[in-house]
Amino acid sequence: MEIVLSAGIGILAASGVWLMLRPRTFQVALGLSLLSYAVNLFIFAMGRLTVGAPPVLKTGPETVSVDDPVPQALVLTALVISFALTALFLVVLLAARGVTGNDHVDGREPHHAEPTPEKPHP
Amino acid sequence: MSSNALLAAAAILPFAGSVLAGALPSRARTPAAVLAGLVTLASLGCILALTPQLSGGNTVVHAVEWLPSLGVNLVLRLDGLAWLFCVLVLAIGALVVLYARYYMAAADPVPRLYSYFLAFVGAMLGIVLSGNLIQLVLFWELTSIVSFLLIGYWYDNAAARDGARMSLTITAAGGLCLLVGTILIGRIVGSYDLDAVLASGDTIRNSPLYLPALVLVLMGALTKSAQFPFHIWLPRAMAAPTPISAYLHSATMVKAGIFLMIRLWPVLSGTEQWYWIVGSAGMATLLVGSWSAIFQHDLKGLLAYSTISHLGLITLLLGLNSPLAVVAAIFHTVNHATFKASLFMAVGIIDHETGTRDMRRLSGLWRAMPYTGTLAMVAAAAMAGVPLLNGFLSKEMFLSEAVDNMGDHPIHIALPVLATLASAFTMLYSLRFIRQTFFGPPPHDLPETPHEPVRWMRIPIELLVLTCVAIGLVPNLTIGPALGRAVAAVFGADAPTYSLAIWHGFNLPLVLSMIALGGGVLLYVLFGKRIDTNPRGGPWLMDRLDGGWLFERSMTGLTRGARALELWFGAERLQPQLRILFLAALLAALAAGVARGLDLFAPGRLTPFDPAFALMWIVGAACAVGAAERAKYHRLSATIFVGGAGLVSSLTFLWLSAPDLAVTQILVEIVTTVMLLLGLRWLPKRDAAIPAPPSERARARRRRIIDLCIAAFAGLGLAGLAYAVMTRPAGDGIARWFVEEAYPQAGGRNVVNVLLVDFRAFDTLGEISVLGIVGLTVFALLRRFRPAPDSLERPKQQHSHDAYDRAREGRKPGDTAADALLVPRVVMTWLFPFIILLSLHLFLRGHDLPGGGFAAGIALTIAFILQYMACGAQWVEERLRIQPIAWIGLGLLIAAGAGAASWLFGRPFLTAYFAYWELPLLGKVPAASALVFDLGIMVLVVGASALMLVALAHQSLRRTRSAEAEAEPAAEETA
Repeated sequence: MEIVLSAGIGILAASGVWLMLRPRTFQVALGLSLLSYAVNLFIFAMGRLTVGAPPVLKTGPETVSVDDPVPQALVLTALVISFALTALFLVVLLAARGVTGNDHVDGREPHHAEPTPEKPHP
Repeated sequence: MSSNALLAAAAILPFAGSVLAGALPSRARTPAAVLAGLVTLASLGCILALTPQLSGGNTVVHAVEWLPSLGVNLVLRLDGLAWLFCVLVLAIGALVVLYARYYMAAADPVPRLYSYFLAFVGAMLGIVLSGNLIQLVLFWELTSIVSFLLIGYWYDNAAARDGARMSLTITAAGGLCLLVGTILIGRIVGSYDLDAVLASGDTIRNSPLYLPALVLVLMGALTKSAQFPFHIWLPRAMAAPTPISAYLHSATMVKAGIFLMIRLWPVLSGTEQWYWIVGSAGMATLLVGSWSAIFQHDLKGLLAYSTISHLGLITLLLGLNSPLAVVAAIFHTVNHATFKASLFMAVGIIDHETGTRDMRRLSGLWRAMPYTGTLAMVAAAAMAGVPLLNGFLSKEMFLSEAVDNMGDHPIHIALPVLATLASAFTMLYSLRFIRQTFFGPPPHDLPETPHEPVRWMRIPIELLVLTCVAIGLVPNLTIGPALGRAVAAVFGADAPTYSLAIWHGFNLPLVLSMIALGGGVLLYVLFGKRIDTNPRGGPWLMDRLDGGWLFERSMTGLTRGARALELWFGAERLQPQLRILFLAALLAALAAGVARGLDLFAPGRLTPFDPAFALMWIVGAACAVGAAERAKYHRLSATIFVGGAGLVSSLTFLWLSAPDLAVTQILVEIVTTVMLLLGLRWLPKRDAAIPAPPSERARARRRRIIDLCIAAFAGLGLAGLAYAVMTRPAGDGIARWFVEEAYPQAGGRNVVNVLLVDFRAFDTLGEISVLGIVGLTVFALLRRFRPAPDSLERPKQQHSHDAYDRAREGRKPGDTAADALLVPRVVMTWLFPFIILLSLHLFLRGHDLPGGGFAAGIALTIAFILQYMACGAQWVEERLRIQPIAWIGLGLLIAAGAGAASWLFGRPFLTAYFAYWELPLLGKVPAASALVFDLGIMVLVVGASALMLVALAHQSLRRTRSAEAEAEPAAEETA
């Protein structure tokens, strides 16, 4: 399980970082989303992996072994903030697109080449 | 009035007057002058009234707590030295006020001048009266800023702007050095209090920080006093109105540096370093200043360089490490202030009445203005050091100190020689000034006919010249007591004995003085003509050395350098920024890993492997890579892939015992995806078919390989780190406490929810505030949104629908669009109440079971947005009025109110209370105050997310409206 999850985190992070380095605003927005998935899972994983023991107590006060609730609470907060971040970024990119007429992260196309020279992946 | 009140009044009055003068109408020349004069005189009166209390070396101290935590208090401290400078500043200030009233033209906005002037007076008094070093630096910088405003008073004049800028750049930079030096002194002494600093001279001199502190403090003092090589700002500051030049460069601004050196003389001087730095700066300035003054054709330029040379003289005296030299320095400071102020004013009159300051055009003014001429002549004689005037006395002291401090080193013989030489230069330029301006043939073609100025304009000069003569004739009766108090304040009990007599017998200094006077006359006779017609422009030998050029070059270099740095590191281009950021993070992680021993695969606890989990993550990884690959040309599929990755991460939460996260993640995923879909509409069409120019291909390829490496390493690093942590046993953290106390203390079984709404509720309050702010920001941004023109066209699908409708009988354009997705729409409409119920359910169970306010809020938003999607914004808004902004406010109020309610019970903010209530039908429900807080979260989340979505959705609506508005007139035309 650990190796699967860490590989998953790695792939999410790599895809996110790759996209964030791209020149188009929409790519960066998606990259931000992917990177925040990776980071949220990473923070969550800091509480170690537990299967089938959510931190929800069955009856009254009791001491049972449950998953660490602290990283979960942190991630819950992070989920909200990354939602807000994505929303804000999306609107900023739309506004920038309206103002500048293009969707390059710098607000203008690189002047030496029009349109941008990047080819899609094969 | 008590002495404290008098002192405070003296310090505050100028600032109050400055504000008042600034409020006067811009043509109120006389009222502003009267105000400024009254304020200056009142302040002077306060200081004079405190004189008796200074007898016997006493000080008057008035302290107000300012920043007690930093050990910085506002301390007004008046001693003999401060008294002398206060009187100089205020008395000459009052005369300048009177003079400026008649000098300034009625068309100038004179109240502004007086407002700056009074602020400057206040700042100078602040420096002089500071009983605390930090406070001193503060007022020091204030004088730099206000002098910038004063020098640039005629801001439509380019020379004034440049002069003001240069003076601010040099003196404020020096001020920053002074601040650092002051902080160093504060560290050495352990206090910024002036009394404490003055009492720890030996500690400072023996400290390893002495040299840096000394150099930094001197940077401040030497730049302010226009010492070589920082003197270049002073001649350029002559673009200021002449009354201001008379003030700044005789009694105040430049004397602030001198004041600081005298003030700290007891603690900083007495070392080799002091001797060489201060002494050589003073000597260089004295020679450069007096040499350059000889060759000036502009009267104010001559006075500017003369000021520089006299400041050099005073600095040199301070650098000699001799108490008697300090006495001479203080004495010369006073004398210079009096004769230089009167000379500036006389030059101002000449400029005012003849229209020019060029000595080559002026001559024979004696006939037209004998009275002004006499005054100027006496003042110039004082400057040159002619006997029976005050300048003679201090110059005598200077020469005598130069002789006494020769020491035994051969190089020191240069001291009296150079001092005499500089005195001869002074004689030379004073003589040239008088001879050129007032004697010779009658002037011709001057811009104006010269005549005596109005009576009131001469009074300040008369008083100053009278002072020069009085000090020169009877020094003991006039300046004696004040000088004695100042010397006592500097040296305390170790004050040197000195004599202010005119005649000390026939000794070496007198001989040198006579040589200097005679030599000056001789030099003028020999070279006067050639200096007047100097073909080389600048001073001989130095005409190639242009400080202004150097300054401009260094400013240009600074600007260029800053621009280059901005280009390299600036935020202008995002991609390099992010690249640097990621690389730095990678390197930092790598460095930490190497330093602490990188051991990724420590044998540890492993959770049993589950093939289904691996399968799920194969899908997740494929989604992530797919999104990365498709995002450029296929935004819709990339969005779907990102959703898929989100789904997998949500399932992972569920699998690994985090149901709250799973619920929240999946709901957020839905809203985010809808939002992205709404945004797609406004992005430009991107076509993969356009080929790249061959020149760019290699570059692009290289860039992509670098990015790919960065991304791969980031992923590998994060994966390795996650694996390394997960396989190690967890430490005994705070988790156990939360799990054990969640029910007894907060009455909740869902520990995560309890953490959020009870234990860590304050964090959550901050977090929902962020969410609300983001919602409002999105709304504000979209209100002014103007879509790019190429995304205004109707989508291709709508065109084909309309074409279909037009081709059929009995169908209107738009019918097909209205019919689209009919069945799902009905389902979606009917889902509305059920989703609301789900949301309520999630909310109510939140404290004990997975759910909670946030999930409930998002669910409710989904209910709303489904209606929008099914029926369109207009249809929904005709039936349902959602006011998201009100919801945001209400949510915050509820949450904060739930927190504040605990105050009513005398508990800290956000203390939760809980109980269980029996309700009919529902049974036992938890009734914790945290539930109210959770309700606030829910309401706010609904408001914020609905606000974002609706604002985005409305963009299409707005476009349609504007397109219809355009279409209507077009339709009418065709009809």
